[in-house]
Amino acid sequence: MGEVIVITSGKGGVGKSTTTASLGVGLAMRGKKVALIDTDTGLRNLDILLGLERRIVYTLVDVAQKRVNYGQALVRHKKYSNLFLLPTSQVADKTAIEPEQMKQLVDTMRNEFDFILIDCPAGIEQGFQTAVIGADWAVVVTIPEVSAVRDADKIIGRLQAVNKDIKLIVNRIDPQMVKAGTMLDMTSIDDILSLPCIGQIPDDREVINASNQGIPIIEWSNTAAGRAYNDVVGRICGEDIPFKPFETEGFFARLKHVFGH
Amino acid sequence: MSIWDKLFGSSNNRSSKQIAHDRLKVVLIHDRANVSPDVMEHIKNDIIEVISHYMDIDKNAMEIALENDADSVALVANIPVNNMRHDAGVRRR
Repeated sequence: MGEVIVITSGKGGVGKSTTTASLGVGLAMRGKKVALIDTDTGLRNLDILLGLERRIVYTLVDVAQKRVNYGQALVRHKKYSNLFLLPTSQVADKTAIEPEQMKQLVDTMRNEFDFILIDCPAGIEQGFQTAVIGADWAVVVTIPEVSAVRDADKIIGRLQAVNKDIKLIVNRIDPQMVKAGTMLDMTSIDDILSLPCIGQIPDDREVINASNQGIPIIEWSNTAAGRAYNDVVGRICGEDIPFKPFETEGFFARLKHVFGH
Repeated sequence: MSIWDKLFGSSNNRSSKQIAHDRLKVVLIHDRANVSPDVMEHIKNDIIEVISHYMDIDKNAMEIALENDADSVALVANIPVNNMRHDAGVRRR
């Protein structure tokens, strides 16, 4: 029986879909059979982050409304043949899928996949209920900004109300700012939200460079963010991977920044 | 931020990280209390039960609320006492 994980955040734009794409590829790279389900109906993005935007025929809405079975809607990844995307509709809205339909679908798909990752829409409305209902546990993605941490706390309350285990990923950490005391670090966010953390992802310009090309950053194993996501995947697979301190720039690199701008 | 701060790190006493941490701690206590008014009702009923062992209180006039100033939150209870019980103090030994 596969494990179902929902990736959520509350606030939009903190890297939910980017995280879902990288974790999916990372699990596939370890030989797991993985399905990614985009539940952000009307604002789908997982397809473009995976480079699969031109291969979509049927969507989650077609599957939920029983027009096709899920196998017909799955899109196989170009490079990792054990990774599949179940895209959602770009024209329907979030009311097109009932939470109960989603739960049934996920429970069927469990028999075929090792991992099912559900990319949740921002907000706390019906889309959230639909995304969360079938999951075994939840990843809450946040960034070190007061607005995102506050929204994460709201989502955590909703998840705890439906008895989901929760693990935290802090995305877009700027090691220089943390060192200077001008940004919340993982420890202080842990303290505020009282949750175990399974990832701290450094802010890395290469994330955008990779996503421009439909490549999740984890495929670029020499990047800081790619390495950090790879550690998260290891922790999801039950490996004991310690958190490494970030490499911060030395004096001369900072000198370059000061005079480079 | 000055060039000096960029090169050698900021020298402020209370970092903005610390300020963010403290502000979030306070605001989340309020957010969490607001999403669960039934929790406040449970707290109120539990307090009534405990106090009633010792005093005769006006349950209907009782008020509890979270109040905050800049950097702390307090649970403030206003409990009118009608009478003191004769057996107060021996009840719960």
